Amino acid sequence: MSPERKTKKAPAKKPAAKKPAARSSPVRPSPRVVLDAKIPPGPIAEKWDNYKADMKLVNPNNKRGFKVIVVGSGLAGASAAATLAELGYDVHVFTFHDSPRRAHSIAAQGGINAAKNYRGDGDSVQRLFYDTIKGGDFRSREGNVYRLAQVSVNIIDQMVAQGVPFAREYGGLLDTRSCGGSQLQRTFYARGQTGQQLLLGAYQQLARQIGLGNVKLWNRSELVDVVTIDGRCAGIVTRDLVTGAVQSHAAHATVLATGGYGNVFFLSTNAMACNITAAWRAHRKGAYFANPCYTQIHPTCIPQADETQSKLTLMSESLRNDGRIWVPSREGDDRSPSQIPEAERDYYLERMYPSFGNLAPRDISSRAAKRAVDSGRGVGPLKNGVYLDFAAAIGRLGRDVITERYGNLFEMYERITGEVPYEVPMRVYPASHYTMGGLWVDYELTTTIPGLYAAGEVNFADQGANRLGASALMQGLADGYFVLPYTIGNYLAPMLNKPIPGVDHPEFQLAEQAASTRFGNYLDIRGSRSPDWFHRELGKIIWEHCGMDRTAAGLRQALSDLPALYEEFKTDLRVTGDGASVNQTLEKAGRVDDFFELGMLMCRDALERRESCGGHFRSEYQDSEGEAQRDDANFAHVAAWEFTGDPMKAVRHKEELKFETIHLAKRSYK
Amino acid sequence: MPILPRTVALWLMRLGLIAAVGVHIHAAYGLTILNHNARSVKYQSPRDYQVANFASRTMRWTGVIVVLFLFWHLADLTWGWWNGTGNDGVFVRGDVYGNVVRSFERVPVATLYIVANIALGFHLFHGTWSLFQSMGWNNPRFNKWRRYLAVGIATIVVVGNVSFPIAVLAGIVGE
Amino acid sequence: MKNLENLVLRIWRQSGPDDPGRFQSYRIDSISDEASFLEMLDVLNEKLIGEGLEAIAFDHDCREGICGTCSLMIDGQPHGPQRGTATCQLHMRKFSSGETITVEPWRATAFPIIKDLIVDRAPFDRIVEAGGFITATTGGAPEANLTPVPKPVAEAAMDAAACIGCGACVAACPNGAASLFTAAKVSHLNLLPQGQAERWSRVEAMVETMEQYFGSCTNHGECEAACPKSISIDFIALMNKDYLSAKLKNRALISRT
Repeated sequence: MSPERKTKKAPAKKPAAKKPAARSSPVRPSPRVVLDAKIPPGPIAEKWDNYKADMKLVNPNNKRGFKVIVVGSGLAGASAAATLAELGYDVHVFTFHDSPRRAHSIAAQGGINAAKNYRGDGDSVQRLFYDTIKGGDFRSREGNVYRLAQVSVNIIDQMVAQGVPFAREYGGLLDTRSCGGSQLQRTFYARGQTGQQLLLGAYQQLARQIGLGNVKLWNRSELVDVVTIDGRCAGIVTRDLVTGAVQSHAAHATVLATGGYGNVFFLSTNAMACNITAAWRAHRKGAYFANPCYTQIHPTCIPQADETQSKLTLMSESLRNDGRIWVPSREGDDRSPSQIPEAERDYYLERMYPSFGNLAPRDISSRAAKRAVDSGRGVGPLKNGVYLDFAAAIGRLGRDVITERYGNLFEMYERITGEVPYEVPMRVYPASHYTMGGLWVDYELTTTIPGLYAAGEVNFADQGANRLGASALMQGLADGYFVLPYTIGNYLAPMLNKPIPGVDHPEFQLAEQAASTRFGNYLDIRGSRSPDWFHRELGKIIWEHCGMDRTAAGLRQALSDLPALYEEFKTDLRVTGDGASVNQTLEKAGRVDDFFELGMLMCRDALERRESCGGHFRSEYQDSEGEAQRDDANFAHVAAWEFTGDPMKAVRHKEELKFETIHLAKRSYK
Repeated sequence: MPILPRTVALWLMRLGLIAAVGVHIHAAYGLTILNHNARSVKYQSPRDYQVANFASRTMRWTGVIVVLFLFWHLADLTWGWWNGTGNDGVFVRGDVYGNVVRSFERVPVATLYIVANIALGFHLFHGTWSLFQSMGWNNPRFNKWRRYLAVGIATIVVVGNVSFPIAVLAGIVGE
Repeated sequence: MKNLENLVLRIWRQSGPDDPGRFQSYRIDSISDEASFLEMLDVLNEKLIGEGLEAIAFDHDCREGICGTCSLMIDGQPHGPQRGTATCQLHMRKFSSGETITVEPWRATAFPIIKDLIVDRAPFDRIVEAGGFITATTGGAPEANLTPVPKPVAEAAMDAAACIGCGACVAACPNGAASLFTAAKVSHLNLLPQGQAERWSRVEAMVETMEQYFGSCTNHGECEAACPKSISIDFIALMNKDYLSAKLKNRALISRT
């Protein structure tokens, strides 16, 4: 099972110029792709300036002649669309929601990092850069991450100017707090709703452009295919979720800002409609998919309560500032928590990681919780959680202080579980939360298809193998506000006065037909299982074998189970209703279809990455203390997969990661 | 010699009040039509209101009652259409005291007056409270007093007005 | 954890905008009280698909009470019987065995029904497009700490900004008014120093756009009770005050448009 990795790493200089492996499967001939990250020359701190100094510009009067499609209206999509429209481009925004304001960025609770150093605690661009690279377990690109840290300060300025009601000190200046994986207070926040406030900020800016007629909004429209003509992205095909109509849209450039694939696990903290379809359709048309095995499991979610559960709810990481995590010392201890004496409790994080204690990073805390539950010491009716106990903090600080800090979260917990966390400890368990892997992009955020860009969680670029808290919002807005508007211009400038293929081009017609046929097929199978059933079963396999703790044997098992289940999906799916009005079952079928293929690629990627790093933990590769063991000699690279007609036969390419500024070190939080 | 000729001041005030009534009815009508159109298809299952109170939900009805009462009130005490069956059977134009007493000595009239004034009280209660919201007179320091003030104004008006027929019926006030 | 038995659901089914629609009754034999209301509908939909019937269409997404996609009039109350809770966070433990639960879509002329329980809330977007923003083009923002914002002001703005745009206020209002939504958006921006330049033009544009679609506020207060974020009707007063000011002041001096 390894048709890939045909090239050995090219020594330095040219970064990973690869030939695609010979393919037997007869898919469309994609042009030879070179994985060139296009990092600008110069010292790390000057690369972005150098890029901007050299990039090509489009005259303001000519911008209206360029049409740019933005798919997705979360932080990255809305900010990119609004900014591109302000610049003068003819922007079309697509969202499957009823309104652009619903994108799942809205659910982010914690905050957004920025190297403002308002606290005078020694923060700097360099520090944020280093923390992010280290947090990502040295599996991200230096150039991209440095730029992210640089523009982080502009993001805060921009969002404040737009009216985001960030938390303030009594003097009226911006307040900050700390977040996991950092020893500085650089996280800006708006109560527990930072994502909501930032998204509304970006949405308002987008709304203004819609009102001015600079942006055309296509709501309740889902991308169902990406069209490439002559090696560049020519546009997209969408399906109107109200009428079922399939329609083509041609553009000079297309941006995918469609989020991550955490829902491949079925149960995750993602919204119900989050899906991989846009990225996967691009992947099928030639965009390489990078590091799909890098998924983040968040340690503090409310555990699953029963079989009907449809999603898991995150409880903010900030709770770990005052809550103590423990399980009973003895297996099968059925006593209620109040009856378990101190001496018979195992505060395992404090025991194993004395210096970071309950604030150990996400991947480490998650694995520790899994091990506690796997050892038979799980708590709750289904024995699938660990306690997050505030008794000590309430005793020390008083109930009022705890209410002030976490009142909202306690209420939310009570609404969901019916238990009062002031009286009984919360129960938490890890859940899929964020995906670091995604479409491969270069420094300009271009995928391997020219003219097709990926911004925000859908790309793989900045978070490496693990994402630090409060970094996702930062990346989405950095890409949308401060990167894409520059790099897209650089691509468009030479296209001035060169006609692009219209929607009457045969490739569009073919793509439309293929999409119509695909959705017609789902309706025609008339099997016995719903898309949700398949999704749930798929999720179980992925969670079991490609979750927090992965082994070669388990991954091989998954790779034999998945194609079998997928085959069943194709023959035994049942979608009721029709294709000409709202049909959420049909929508779901299309999304689950793509999750299946992605799931296979994830497992293959996890199997091929024979090391442990960040969110990817392979049991075979751990040190004597059970910590992740990286293999920098063989795996300090990005794995970028090329679609060849079957995810089981995808071809693995490598982009070597070059560390010029940072010294690779063991990531320790002991 | 008065500054103004007889009844000029009265008529100026009356014209002001008539204009206010006109504007009030126009606004109420416009609001009713607007709000009716805003939900052209009603809920098909029963609503379970949480805080909308009797006063707020019956504004239209109490308003109509008050308008009808207003006409009756004018007819009774200003024009004297039905106010001729007192002790001496005569409506004396300008004899306000006598006319009021003669009218309220009739129990049905007094009852009508009391009922209409209670309706007016509800109307005023919600109207006063709404005034603060609609004009944006909102300040955390006095917000809780808005309800009390609304209750107070409505109570003063109702108690004051209702005291007339009761006083007449109880024999406290008589000819 | 226990189960609820023998629930009857009366659910509004409507195949499209032109269908008159009707209530249809469904039976749920048993459901865990840990299930959320929407998960109960998921279970029902699975059952319907199993029987070869079309699933009930309803809007939902994040299922953690923040995206504002879910709706539903449950037993005559928007988002159901629990205060300060969106339908997605309402759990079955709030109901009891043998109950009949009636589920209807939001009803307002501005929110036409698309299918079953799904309505079109696009007029909310139109209101925001009219003025619910601060014009601050990317790149031109001043240093963030240049303008201090007093903490109480920031807190009040945040209270208003917590609005999730679900439309429960319109659904709850006996007049089908959208004053709470509009007021929340207006107040969030009008309270902040950054929003002052467009304060008067914003409130005027947003209120007048609102009036094109929705009914008028008569201060019932139902919206506040139905709001899953418990946004106060004090913000409606603030909006009215600003609207009045915008109309009375010499706006030509304040914001030349």
